[in-house]
Amino acid sequence: MRLLEFQAKELFREYGINLLPSKSSTTIEEGRIHAKELGYPFVIKIQVPVGGRGKAGGIQKCQNDDEFELKYPQVMGLTIKGEKARAILLEKMADIKKELYLSIFLNRSKRCYTIIASSDGGVEIESVKNQIIKEIGMGDISDDIAKEVAKEMGLDGKSADDLVDTLKKLSKLTIEKEAELIEINPLAIMQDGSLMALDGKFVTDDSSNFRHPEMEKYQEKSEIEERAEKSGFSLVELDGNIAVVGNGAGLVMSTLDMLSDNGGKPACFLDVGGGATTESVYEALTLISKMKRVKGILVNLYGGIVKTTVVAEAFLKAYADGVIDLPVFSRLKGTAAKKAKEMLKDSRINIYDSVEEAINAAVMGVKN
Amino acid sequence: MTEIFDILKGRPEDSDYKNKGVIVQGITGKYGSLHAKYMMAYGTNVVAGVTPGKGGQKFEDKVPIFNSVKEAAEATGAKISIIYVPAKFFLDAAKDAVDAGIKLLVAIPEHVPIRDTLELIEMAKQKGTIIIGPNTPGVMIPDLIKVGIMPPMPFKEGKIAVLSKSGTLLYEISDALSQAGFGQSITIGVGGDPINGTRLIDAFDMIKDIPDLEGLVVVGEIGGDSEEILAQRIIDSGFKKPTVAYIAGRSAPKEKRMGHAGAIVMGTYGSAESKVSMFNKANIPVAKRPAEVPVLLAGKMGQSD
Repeated sequence: MRLLEFQAKELFREYGINLLPSKSSTTIEEGRIHAKELGYPFVIKIQVPVGGRGKAGGIQKCQNDDEFELKYPQVMGLTIKGEKARAILLEKMADIKKELYLSIFLNRSKRCYTIIASSDGGVEIESVKNQIIKEIGMGDISDDIAKEVAKEMGLDGKSADDLVDTLKKLSKLTIEKEAELIEINPLAIMQDGSLMALDGKFVTDDSSNFRHPEMEKYQEKSEIEERAEKSGFSLVELDGNIAVVGNGAGLVMSTLDMLSDNGGKPACFLDVGGGATTESVYEALTLISKMKRVKGILVNLYGGIVKTTVVAEAFLKAYADGVIDLPVFSRLKGTAAKKAKEMLKDSRINIYDSVEEAINAAVMGVKN
Repeated sequence: MTEIFDILKGRPEDSDYKNKGVIVQGITGKYGSLHAKYMMAYGTNVVAGVTPGKGGQKFEDKVPIFNSVKEAAEATGAKISIIYVPAKFFLDAAKDAVDAGIKLLVAIPEHVPIRDTLELIEMAKQKGTIIIGPNTPGVMIPDLIKVGIMPPMPFKEGKIAVLSKSGTLLYEISDALSQAGFGQSITIGVGGDPINGTRLIDAFDMIKDIPDLEGLVVVGEIGGDSEEILAQRIIDSGFKKPTVAYIAGRSAPKEKRMGHAGAIVMGTYGSAESKVSMFNKANIPVAKRPAEVPVLLAGKMGQSD
C-alpha cells in the first residue's frame, strides 16, 4: 500500500527522523485549531496518494487567517490525477539552506534494496542529478556505507551526522515495515546544518500485510474493493463506462489495452483470478452492478482448466436474479465453449469468438 | 544442452531420460491435489508428495507422501519440486526443498512477501537451485513434462521458446502460436511478482543456446525493468533467432497495481513506453495484441530466410 505523506511522517516520527511540526485534518474546523497551534506561516498540503501535488496547486503557503480561510477549502477541493483529497496537512514553514534527495528503493532486477541519494533534491527522481547509488542487500545499512553516502553527497559536520542517522533509521523502517520504497524528497539542510524530512513517500509490500496488523489503520479501501479482496479478486476502478472482467492479471491488462486502442473507456480492471467459478463470476457481476458509471460489461475469459459453461451459468443466474441489467459482451475461450454458447443463445449475453469482435461490439454497444 | 533441459528432460544415457521425477509440496491441499492429478494426466512423473504430518500416506493410492522434501528426495532421487502451499507457509516449504538438494523449484503461490523471496534467492544461489516464480504458472516442455498449473490445450511440441510474466497471457499467446504452426520447445512463466527467482534475463540465458531453437517470444507487462534489461542482453549476446515481444498494460494508470504485485508503474520506472522502446532498439517487434504475435513472428522468420 502507498501511505499518504502524513502517515509516512507518523512512522518517521516514531522512528526518530527529524520533522517540522505538522498536523493533519479532514475539516476546516479541525484545521483552524491546528493553525492556531502551529502559528503562521505554514504550508497547506493536500494529502493524495499520487505525486505532482505542487504543480497541481496542492501545496500552498499560508501567512494569515484570511489566506487560510481562502486556501484551505481550495486545496481540499482539488482532484489530482483523479485522486480527491484524503486530508490536509498543515506544516510549519522553515528557512532552509539546501534540498537533498534520499530514498531506499527495492531494485527489482538487481533483487536487492538500493540507496539513492543526491545533493540536488526537490525535483522528481527522474530529473534528480548526480545520483549516488548503493546496493544494500536486504536493507541493512552499515555505518561505513552511510558515511560514504554522506561524503559523496558533499556533507560534513552536523549534516553528515544527521544523514548517517537518517539512513540508519530509514533502513530500520524498510526492514521492519517491509517497504518497497521510502523516499524523502526533499530532505532539507536547515540553517544550523541539521536535516529535516519535508516530504515522505512510503510504499509497502502488500503481500506482507498479514505480518503487519499495526499498519492496518493505513489501509484505504472502498466497500467494493473490500468485497473484491474477500473474493480473491484484483480490482482497480477506472473512470470509463465499460467494465472489463477476465481471469489473470496479464489477460485483463491486455484487454484494457485493446479496448482503449479501439476507443473504448474502461470502467474497471477486474481479475477474478486463474480459477473462475460460477460463484466468483456472479460476485464479479454483483460488484460491477454497484458501479453507477458502467454501461456495458466486457468479459474476456481464457478458460483452460475452467469450464466456460460454469461462467455461462453465472451470467444466466445474474440476469435471472436481477443483479445486472447491462449488456454483456463476452469472449469465452476454453473447454466446453460450444456448450456455453448454446446455453446463452437466447439471452442478452453476446458471445464472440475473438476478443477483438467482443471489444468492437462493446464499444458500439455502449454508444447506443 | 542447457541446464534446465538436463533437469526437465535429461540426457539419453540417463536411466530416467524423459521421465524425470517431480515432488509435489502441498499435495494434500485442495489446489495441490487438483494440479498433481492434472500434471500426472499430462504425463509428468509425480514420484512423491510432501505434507508435514501426513508422511506414510498415499496420494491417489499410488504416490507416496512424506513429511519433508528431504525424505521425499532421498527416497526417490527427484531433483524437481513444485510448491502449492499458501504464501504464509511458502518460505519454510521452499527452504526445505533447497536444503534437500532440489535443483529446480517451481513456486506457484501468489502473494509471497518480497522479503521471503529475497531470502530464498540468497539461499538458492548458495545451493545452486533454480527457482521459478513465485506467482508463476510454472514451466513445461510441451508433450513431455509439465511442472505447473497451465492447461494442456494451448501448447504443442515445437521449437519456439516462450517466456512470460503472466499466466493467462502465456496460455493465450501459446495457443495463438500453436494454431499458427509454431509449437513450443519450452515455456517458462517467470511470474508476476516484483522479485523473480528466475528473471526474464535468466530465463533467456537458459534457452538461448538450445541447438534447434527457431524463435523466441517474450510476454512482458508493465512494472520493473526486466524487459529492458532482457532487450539489452539480447543486443549484447548477438542472439539472432527471430524474436517477438508483447507488453501488457500500456493503458494502465500510473501508481496502481494491476492485479500482479509487480505490475505497477512508479514515475517512469516500469512504463510500457520504456519497454517498447528498448525492444525496438533491439530490433524486436512488439505486438499490439496477443493475436498479432504469430503474425510478427512469421514476418521475422521470413526476413531471416
